[in-house]
Amino acid sequence: MTSVALLRQITDYANRADPYPLYAELRKTPVVRDEDGPYLVSTYWEIHHLLHDPRVSSDIRNLNPEAAAMTPAQGEDPNLPPTFLKLDPPEHDRLRRLTMRPFGPPHTPRRVYEMRGELGEIVSGLIDGFQGKQQIDLVDDFSYPFPVSVICRLLGIPREDEPRFHAWADTLAASIDPVRGSAEDQEAQLQTVRQARADLAAYLAGLIEERSRSPRDDMLSAMATGHGPDGQMSPVEMVSTAALLLIAGHETTVNLITNGMLTLLRNPDVLQRLRDDPDLAVPLVEELLRFEPPVQLLPQKTTLADIDIAGTTIPKGASLWLVLASGNRDPQRFLDPDRFIPDRPDNQHLGFSSGVHNCFGAPLARLEAQFALTELVRRLDNPRLVQDPPPYRQNAVLRGPRHLGITFDGLKP
Amino acid sequence: MSVDGSLDRLRREGHIVIVGASLAGLRAAETLRDEGFTGALTIVGDEPHEPYDRPPLSKQVLLGRVPADHTTLPRRREVDAQWRLGVAATGLDMAAKRVHLADGAAVEYDRLLITTGVRARPWPHELEADLDGVFVLRTSDDAAGLHHRLSAGPRRVLVIGAGFTGSEIASACRERGLDVTVAERGSAPLVGALGGVVGEVAATLQREAGVDLRCGIMVTGLEGDSAGRLRRAHLSDGSSVEVEVAVVCLGATRNTEWLASSGLGAGPRGIACDAGCRAFDVRGIVTDDVFVAGDVARSPHPLFGYQFLSLEHWGNAVEQAETAAHNMISSSTDRRPHVWTPSFWSAQFGMNIKSVGVPPMADEIIVTQGSLAERRFTAVYGYQGRVIAAVTFDQAKWLEFYQQQIERAAPFPPEFTTVDRRPEGMHPVPAGFPDPSLPSHGPTVTLSGHSPSDRRISFTPLSA
Repeated sequence: MTSVALLRQITDYANRADPYPLYAELRKTPVVRDEDGPYLVSTYWEIHHLLHDPRVSSDIRNLNPEAAAMTPAQGEDPNLPPTFLKLDPPEHDRLRRLTMRPFGPPHTPRRVYEMRGELGEIVSGLIDGFQGKQQIDLVDDFSYPFPVSVICRLLGIPREDEPRFHAWADTLAASIDPVRGSAEDQEAQLQTVRQARADLAAYLAGLIEERSRSPRDDMLSAMATGHGPDGQMSPVEMVSTAALLLIAGHETTVNLITNGMLTLLRNPDVLQRLRDDPDLAVPLVEELLRFEPPVQLLPQKTTLADIDIAGTTIPKGASLWLVLASGNRDPQRFLDPDRFIPDRPDNQHLGFSSGVHNCFGAPLARLEAQFALTELVRRLDNPRLVQDPPPYRQNAVLRGPRHLGITFDGLKP
Repeated sequence: MSVDGSLDRLRREGHIVIVGASLAGLRAAETLRDEGFTGALTIVGDEPHEPYDRPPLSKQVLLGRVPADHTTLPRRREVDAQWRLGVAATGLDMAAKRVHLADGAAVEYDRLLITTGVRARPWPHELEADLDGVFVLRTSDDAAGLHHRLSAGPRRVLVIGAGFTGSEIASACRERGLDVTVAERGSAPLVGALGGVVGEVAATLQREAGVDLRCGIMVTGLEGDSAGRLRRAHLSDGSSVEVEVAVVCLGATRNTEWLASSGLGAGPRGIACDAGCRAFDVRGIVTDDVFVAGDVARSPHPLFGYQFLSLEHWGNAVEQAETAAHNMISSSTDRRPHVWTPSFWSAQFGMNIKSVGVPPMADEIIVTQGSLAERRFTAVYGYQGRVIAAVTFDQAKWLEFYQQQIERAAPFPPEFTTVDRRPEGMHPVPAGFPDPSLPSHGPTVTLSGHSPSDRRISFTPLSA
């Protein structure tokens, strides 16, 4: 394959259902420049090294002007500071540490663990809702509502406001899709996204203020009232971070669960193994993160210096796309990489990225996927795919089915 | 009989003996089985315990979070070995291929792996070392005893030596709310391993945590009461400290005495071996059947001028054991070198400290990310214009990059821009390692060969 139009092929919807042959082609040249656009990196070790390379920045303000011109703005709210996802240390570290305090060890070691009961309830409730149906759309009926409910509970969003969250989440998730159609269509979508961001921000600001006056045992309260060696987040930082947790905290999980169920239905022997042995869920979800990662590539990195890697010099200020999903299938790293092996040993996948930007919500995402898949296979009697491949979403970065029709014979209690 | 034929027979029905039943010994045994060795396997250990993990002993165990006898190493697989625990090896007859044991028995081998490790260097004055309240910390039993004594709430604990073990113990004491005095011969904690620039950061951490840190000072005597209980420590500046517990953290001695008359190249600095883990005999000729791994081994490293490195590092023990085990049952063309890049970690005073490379070899240091003042930083060590080591305080996620820089012999000081590079880190400064002629507890890495920096020799008690 020539280097021409690689990006176009990756973003081409025709390749969405199975991008892996394309990635295999890509790996023949570990680092390659796409026409005048970004440098694509597709092999495991090169991606891994770049994720740990302090000369690689996540702050797009470091792009050179030429590369910056080619990177579309995505409806960022100009009134909010960048989230830690798009910042470098030390600002990244400070915000991430502050967000970590109410979320995980060492300050809140049991926050995620103690959500197990609640996760179980939400999952059960959603599956109970399948009662009387022979067919569901897993995405709309389960994979979407589940993580949004979880993130709402985690942050401390009142139950009655959850539907509004679902709506904002949908709009903002769509914004990550490359827009098709005319300039007017794109402008219209951008307008919708900006409005959703502004509405969400206003809502969160109000709730944070309320929580700072009367705190409860939730993350927003902890963020609003906590004090540590790093001080406290400013109110706008809190809004920005909470919005990040909402979007990043569920958009990916939707695809993890849906891809997971799809993979299980394509591998009935594995599905049966999970049914017989729920403990298999732990390694199985890891393998899923390798095999069908919800985040296929990281498109927003740039270089602070010339970097020599795999025989190529990536110049300072270049746009860098790390194709995680390709690295995950690199035969130089994984034995038999195109096989789904639920208890695969030595499975250091890139599904959650790596390095300082390693997925913040990984512990929660793992638990959600483990709960969801275990319960779905336990309770659905003889589940079958309606359509294979299912219809995919436009998005090449956050890849997953838009719908996943599943028929079944009945529901176990 | 072909060479391959005899190797086949060794793999199928040979007898391999491993002396040393700790991390390296266990991982070697597992690797032998993993790689298809089906013969007899005997593992000899002087402690009565199954192989256990040591890093928790100076941390979680002293904090009471984990009982000392709960640090048993997880098993990667069944090893199907005959375990001879609680029995020390006392001698080696290389000609007869036989290991003598303390209970009078002897074990014959086709291949021998020595992983006897190190032991804590005791307080040099025997009568003082016998006082009730004087501890070392190396074994599970040591940790259990010290934890028990700390739980009784002594009025003050004295830590002698502020290397990694001493600093971790001091940290655990403060976390338990105990008053603690640390006496360090060098100018700062960790100075032997990480140099003066980083040592100053460690000193600040200790003082802020409420440690009574005294540097440039030696403990000249330990004094007991009439019942033989430790009561007081005398220091070289003429002062004294009232203490009920003293922990002697003066580094380690390699367990090689049992090999004294074996003809193996074994001494106080370990057992010299080639990069393939085959031991040298006293004539400097490599042996065919005797392999070494872990803390007791001393092997040449091409990345560091082929100097003989002896490392007391957890990761080194694992990887050297795997390499040794592989080489023991492989033909010469299939053997691998042990070219592990030295690395270790420590947890103390709420800080995660990690190191790669060989810092004590360096002459200069530069902060490439973060800031010393904030105690979150990455410091890179340079030696004759190349990157030789790196240390992170709470920034471990970057360390792998610097390891690659070391492995590629990248130029020092680094010229590139990084995220989180502060003005204070723009220029290299002297790394501040102590004059090797001055005794200190020393680093956990030692170099020999043409290196002048091995401080252990002058500090080894004559009786050891």
